[in-house]
Formats: sequence, C-alpha cells, structure tokens
Amino acid sequence: MSAKEIRFHGRGGQGAVLAARMLASACAAEGKCVASFPMYGFERRGMPVVAFTRFDDQPIREKTQIYTPDCVMVIDPTLLSLKNLFDGLKPEGVLILNSPRPFETQPHPNLKKAAVINATQVALCEIGRDIPNTCLIGALAKATGWVELDSVLKGLGDYLEGDMLKRNIRNAERGYHEVEVTTW
Amino acid sequence: MPVQLERQTKVLTGNGAAAYAAMLCRPDVVAAYPITPQSEVIEQLAKFHADGVLDCQYVTVEGENSAQNVVCAATMAGGRAFTATSSYGLVYMYDAMFNTAGYRAPVVMINVNREPPGIHAVCSGQQDMISVRDTGWVQLIVEDCQEIMDTTIMAFRLAEDYDVQLPVIVNYDGYYLSFLAESVCIPGSGEVDQYLEVLKGQPPRPRLMPGDPMGCGSHGIGMGYVELRKKHMAAMERVKTKIDEIDEEFRGAFGRGYGGQIEEYRTEDADIVLVTSGSAVGTARTMIDAKRDEGIKVGLVKLRLFRPFPTERLCQALKGKKAIGVLDRSICFGWNCGPLYMETRALTPEIGVVPMLSFIDGLANMDITQEHIGRMIDDIQGASEGRPYQEVTWLP
Repeated sequence: MSAKEIRFHGRGGQGAVLAARMLASACAAEGKCVASFPMYGFERRGMPVVAFTRFDDQPIREKTQIYTPDCVMVIDPTLLSLKNLFDGLKPEGVLILNSPRPFETQPHPNLKKAAVINATQVALCEIGRDIPNTCLIGALAKATGWVELDSVLKGLGDYLEGDMLKRNIRNAERGYHEVEVTTW
Repeated sequence: MPVQLERQTKVLTGNGAAAYAAMLCRPDVVAAYPITPQSEVIEQLAKFHADGVLDCQYVTVEGENSAQNVVCAATMAGGRAFTATSSYGLVYMYDAMFNTAGYRAPVVMINVNREPPGIHAVCSGQQDMISVRDTGWVQLIVEDCQEIMDTTIMAFRLAEDYDVQLPVIVNYDGYYLSFLAESVCIPGSGEVDQYLEVLKGQPPRPRLMPGDPMGCGSHGIGMGYVELRKKHMAAMERVKTKIDEIDEEFRGAFGRGYGGQIEEYRTEDADIVLVTSGSAVGTARTMIDAKRDEGIKVGLVKLRLFRPFPTERLCQALKGKKAIGVLDRSICFGWNCGPLYMETRALTPEIGVVPMLSFIDGLANMDITQEHIGRMIDDIQGASEGRPYQEVTWLP
C-alpha cells in the first residue's frame, strides 16, 4: 500500500491530537512507518485543532503539515462549515464525519466516499463523555480498509488503560460496525 | 538493584523520546518547571519517578531559574542531573546558565525550541537557542524523534567526558518534533549503562562535599579570570572531535549514527549546497532528491552542533561549491539575516567567495514546506549560474 495522509479537524478537548496518534500506533502495529503531529497555538478547550497522520512503507522524512490529504476526519460537526476543509483533497478522497445526520450532497469533486456516524452519541453511551475520537478511528478502519480493526484496538493500549481502555475499545468497535458509507 | 528495562520499539513523541532517554541515563537529580511545548518531558519523567522506574531526586521547583541552580549544584556534588525547558523558561534561567557553564558543571538540558517573549507566540522557532549561544554551553540540534532519543544519551556521554566537562543543550523544534509521534527504538537499560560505563573509569571530578571545603564560583579577577575563560574555550574546541568520536562509538553500540558535528547528504558531487538544522532537514532531504531528479546537483548539510560551531567540517563540506544557501528558523538582529547564515558566512575566506543566500522561514510555527525549500534550491542554483539574487529572503 502506498503512502497515505490524513488530516484531522476537531476542537480542543475532543481528542483530535490523540486520535491522530492512535491511528499512527495502529499503523505502526502493522509494521508501517508513521508520523503524526498536531498544530495549535495555545491549549484551549473548544478551539479548532488540526492534527496530521502519515503512514507509509518507506521512512517518512518530511516534517510538514499535510496539504494534500487522502482523508479528512471531522470530529466536530460544526467544523464542516470550514471554508478550507477539503483544500488539497486527493482524488478518491475520503471523509470521516461525526454527525447525527446522513451526508447527501457531494461537497467537493475529489470526495469519493463519506463515512458518517453519530460518534458523539456513541461516545456518550460508551464513555459517558463527548470524546468521539476512538469511535471515528474505528469508522476510518471500516471505510478505508487502510488498517485492521484489531490493529486499531491494539493501538489504543498505548494510550489508555483499565476501564477507559475497555470503554474506548467498545467505542472503536461500534464505529467500525455502525458507520454508514456513501460513495459517489 | 536499579530497574532493568528491555529494548523495545514504541510510538513516541519527541518529548516522550527525550524523557525515556533521560530516564535510561539514570540521573541522580531531575529539576524542571513545565512550559509548553516541553511539559510532556517532565510529566513523563515525574511518572517514571512515581512508578519507581526512575530512582532520582525529583525536585519540583518554582521556576526555571531555580531548576538550573538545582541541577548545577547537583552536578557540582558529583551527581548526574537533567533538566528541560523552552523559550521563556530558557531566558528565565539565563544568569544561572552562565554559572553552570562557568563552573564546568556537566548538566544535560533539553530545550524545546519555541519563539521567545516579545511577540507572544506559543509557537515553534529557534530564536531561544540563538539567544543563549554565548553562555558557554555546548548546543546540539536534531532532526527526528529517534535522534532526540539517541542524542540525549550521547549528551550525557559528552558532558561528563573528562576532556569536556561542560553543560550540553539538546535542542529540537517545538510542535514539529516535540509533538511528532514516530516509531522509536528505546534501547535497553543495560545497553545504555554499558555505553556510559566508560565515564566511571575517568579521573574523579572535584566534588563539593560537606566537611570537605572547596572554593567554587569565587571571584576571578584579572589573570585568574583569563585562565578559566581560556580553559573553557579550549574545552569547547575539544567538543568538536569528541562528538565525532562519541557518535562513532554510539554507532558501534546501537547501530545508529548521525555524523557527529554535521551530516552531509549528497554533497560529494554537488555544485550547490543548502545548510540547515532541526526538523527542516527531513523535509529538505525530500527536496534534494526531487531536485536531483530534475538534474540540479544540490547537496545538503545538516548542522547538528551549533556550539561550538563546526567550522572545520563545514569548510570541508562547502569548499569548492558554486553557491551556498542557509536556512534559518530565527533572525539575527544587526546583520539583517539568519544567525546560522551569518556564522557560515564567516567561513568565506576558507570556502571561497561564492554567492551565499540567507533564507528565513518557519518563524512562529510557519510551515517550512517542500515548495519553500524547492524555491530556495532554485534561487541558489540561479545564483550559481550568475543570475542576480537576493541575499536575504524571508519566506513564505
């Protein structure tokens, strides 16, 4: 599999940074080279946050932000209105979206697949808080096939333990099984 | 019995790698104060300490000035000491840094590069390390998470070397490296113990001990001062060859090496060269390859050692080239260019009078993109062909 670049859009406190890292850990568990970092200024809850994850069979040398993503993950549905959300999206692009509503109109000509799940509701049910990140990584695994669900669950263990790990495993599994995918 | 840890590979941030490396070197004292983007380093060390993995005195100080004084004193008492800071924290310990260097106290410090005060930017930038370049500390700067791990270990080996006995800063870019998660090989504790074992066989350093009076930090007037300054500078000079040797030793022990003072990438048959440091090096490598494919004979010099400045190795690498560009993530007031550019420019008599171009990019988290570096290489190439060029270019 060739290199992939994923851009995450969330708000401070929703776990966008951790989601990007957890995806990197999942890919690393499959022996891929990974690089992931967030970009924000002051740490403020609710502030828009961008994070990036790259994976590749080759070592990743560039240390730049991602301008031509293969996939965009939107953790906070209000960020769907960002004017530059789909900027640089590669052909065959994928959107992973946390939203209570299905996605009907194709917002960008390069977007070929939209994977939508009400991850906030799933997270409130499984974790008891609006931290939808792990649910969306599960959804990404299903919608893209770039990484196995087992690797995602394994990757969570790098960051969580005990009850929180168990809850997030359920969160990710539900993301994988319940996501709805629309293709154009 | 000290804690034994097996070698493992883990996805770690740059900060995580620094913390693991410091822990593996078994410091006796850690004293630090949290600051973005460094906080994760000392949070992780505090966790190691709380979990019993790191057996040290963990001193929770009220600020960086105290942190620096604590680690300085700890090394003067014969201990191994570690601290970490960034930007505002670094300049808040400025006076204490002169003490540590003047006492020849072998402290190892992480500095996560961030813009300094003035224009309040919680952002990456290398101006902080530039602001302490003449404090008498050794300064290294690295490119990725594995190099953070390995260089931090090498920093203890270097600082405590009998021929050096100087404090060492390991710099890495805030955000772009501090928060970058990559797969990192964490050496086993036995391997690190063995690598640092050689330090135990050295003649003992003078040591401050209760009941055994010794002068330290006393007045040095006239020739006394001159002598200590001269010795300090001589020790700095010895760092250059020492870091090359230590790098080779490290390669022998761990299978990874970084070239010591500098690393040359595709310079051998290059007509033009780009010099840079830190996280921009990785991005530059991809563009050197891309421009080579276009037929431009460009090479890259990665500066790893900033203080002392690796003049001899740089001259060797740059001599005979047709044009040279230097990319800085900071600025040099007074000379209206980048600081690394200014210092490289000072090598002109040795490397010959050729076009030299200063590029300032990456201030305050601005991304040093592949496209930017492509433009820099095109400008250097143009200058080498006799086309008019701008000496200093601010990007984007």
